[in-house]
Amino acid sequence: MKHLMSGNEAIARGAYEAGVTIGAGYPGTPSTEILENLAKYKPEVYCEWSPNEKVAFEVAAGASIAGARSIVTMKHVGLNVAADPLMTLSYISVEGGFVACVADDPGMHSSQNEQDTRNYARYAKVPLFEPSDSQEAKDFLKLAISISERYKTPAILRSTTRVGHSRSLVSWDERVASPNKVGLVKNPPRFVPIPVWGRPMRQRVEERLGLLKREAEASPANRIERRDSSLGIVTASISYQYVREVWPDASVLKLGFSYPFPDDLIREFASGVDEVLVVEELDDILEQHIKSLGIACQGRKFVSGMMELSVDRLLASRALMEGREPPKEEPPLFYDELPPRPPVLCPGCPHRGVFYALGKHDVVVTGDIGCYSLGAFKPLDRMDTILCMGAGVSMAHGMQKAGEPKRVIGVVGDSTFFHSGITGLLNIAYNRGSSTIIVLDNRTTAMTGHQDHPGTGRTLQGDVTRAISIEDIGRACGIERVCVVNPYDLESTLKAIDDDVNSDEPSLIVSRAPCPLRERRRVGAVREIDADRCKGCKICLKIACPAIELSADKPQINEIFCGGCGICEQICPAEAIYAQGAASQAEARK
Amino acid sequence: MSPDTEIRSVVLAGVGGQGILLASEILARTAMETGYDVKTNEVHGMAQRGGSVIAQIRYGPEVHSPLVAKKTAAVLGALEQVEAMRFADYLSPGGLAVVSSQAIMPVTVSMEAARYPEDIEAKLKRAFPRMVYIRAAEMASGLGDIRTANIVVLGAISKGLDLQQDAWKEAISSCVKEKFREINLRAFELGRHIE
Repeated sequence: MKHLMSGNEAIARGAYEAGVTIGAGYPGTPSTEILENLAKYKPEVYCEWSPNEKVAFEVAAGASIAGARSIVTMKHVGLNVAADPLMTLSYISVEGGFVACVADDPGMHSSQNEQDTRNYARYAKVPLFEPSDSQEAKDFLKLAISISERYKTPAILRSTTRVGHSRSLVSWDERVASPNKVGLVKNPPRFVPIPVWGRPMRQRVEERLGLLKREAEASPANRIERRDSSLGIVTASISYQYVREVWPDASVLKLGFSYPFPDDLIREFASGVDEVLVVEELDDILEQHIKSLGIACQGRKFVSGMMELSVDRLLASRALMEGREPPKEEPPLFYDELPPRPPVLCPGCPHRGVFYALGKHDVVVTGDIGCYSLGAFKPLDRMDTILCMGAGVSMAHGMQKAGEPKRVIGVVGDSTFFHSGITGLLNIAYNRGSSTIIVLDNRTTAMTGHQDHPGTGRTLQGDVTRAISIEDIGRACGIERVCVVNPYDLESTLKAIDDDVNSDEPSLIVSRAPCPLRERRRVGAVREIDADRCKGCKICLKIACPAIELSADKPQINEIFCGGCGICEQICPAEAIYAQGAASQAEARK
Repeated sequence: MSPDTEIRSVVLAGVGGQGILLASEILARTAMETGYDVKTNEVHGMAQRGGSVIAQIRYGPEVHSPLVAKKTAAVLGALEQVEAMRFADYLSPGGLAVVSSQAIMPVTVSMEAARYPEDIEAKLKRAFPRMVYIRAAEMASGLGDIRTANIVVLGAISKGLDLQQDAWKEAISSCVKEKFREINLRAFELGRHIE
């Protein structure tokens, strides 16, 4: 019996079957569902959302060094945060199997860049596994755990959006519990990389790479599919699936255990075909390496390294390569009359109130990563920069110190604050900054699908725990001016921002209201617009609420979508917006 | 080079929150129950906050790519009319389009930065010779829950696909909670019997 599973579900299943007992991570599309699914194998597997990827990585590393099999999950940019422990865990080595499951996002569906995690495997000198469907996602996770444990090396399982979020059929196996006994075997020369012990470790990393290369050469995860010998294609990950459709007759070297590079296998493959083409998404890592072996091959000349590949794009590559005119890129049907439908803050979103209030101030807003990134779009248009998690806090301070003539307000979400906003806040207090930081506290990690975090009072596996106070952390960081506002109350939100930007002191505003999507209920009564009173000024459209629709001259509220937050009611100058039914009551009172 | 004709591709389109992912899962399970290899792809994260959403389903003896190439979908199912236009390029010549008449205004239209097209039914009819245009939202409301509009559309789609009737019902039953089973099965039947 086969099971229809997403790649992320399959990775979790693989970890379960492999006897993993510890999973840690930080949510990030397209990786989030790995840990959410692994957490369901309670009590055999302990899982946690850690405050950030570095912490999660170290939690899993500690578990592994004590003997447990562990995984850590994150999106590609999360590995930048966890790069520090990765680089040295490679030296001190692991005990129980340890796999970092990292999800890349070619095409930037939900990310700020499209960096290629394969570089990290080379950089940290650790083995790399790249599944191309859900069955492989499960199988390669298990393979990675076993290679990791046998060679005492951390391993990376790299998926992509199209691997993690595609479903395909998977056969299951039983879980095999780890035979390892948990208990640190004291051995400072192995686990303490001070230079005197670190130098021999450096040597061992190099020896290990040689052994891993031999392993990759013979691994069933790397295979040659001999078909027509005129063209041989080297490929990995989801690109393999596209290659099979675009070049069904070509021979293929499919790499699944792709670093260290299996050089002998590559040579054997290349010697049996007339021409070699490399098809890889993002960086030209395989192509450059194959060229460095003295093997002539094509890659980037025909296959783009920007944005994700597809069957359509590769059909164009094939035509180009064969000297044919590539299929004409026709403009899409209806292209000139389609209204764009970008993602927007949901109806009832508490962030809307804060962005509206910020719109009333001539300030610079340094933003951050989360649902509230959508506040950058028109008509809210109230976010001026985004760099990375936590930068909304630190960059505000940097701008202020540089002498930015306008006041700078940093905006950060609750989960992002715990992730990496705290140190930035500490820095503002320590270095005599004067920025105002607003934490948009909607009591959840919303954008990735409502995960818990240190402020919510619940753990990933559903246990009740201490809810950490953002205000207390602010005060402990040395910020004396701290307040909490209800973002649905525009007047008090405006006043809090007003007071703080006119003060020389650094300050922290916690805008607190739970995400209505998470709560699964409306904030208040559904609103309606009294068409007689409405003057058609369209000010209510300036808050980008998807429930307020303009189909004729005057706006209307779609009662199915209305979140009942009442922000439109507060900004309507004609007082034409009421809770449903209240308009007639008001009329009756007159 | 020509796409494998034994593979059936389906594209489902709509607006975040309309239940595209559930419809996709039911279709994929039905294909699996019928004995096919199957792959799907869905968009998560940023794209779901009220934006356009597309789900892709492919089934057949052996499926490689989870993504549907342009002009190869046997069926395009749309829960919103403009989204049918947006993803029209996926439908193969002669493919079946099932379009719900529902109109959901994008914020760009409410902001007057763009216009919602007029005469959509006529335009779609010209683009899709085989089109079923249905009032899925009204039909679902009539059943007692507008949220089952996705299953009404699925019912209409099912006529264009060679999957077993029992497998559909089993897939619906296994994908929705017990208390919504009955209404969803009725929504499916309603869609399936549209002429």
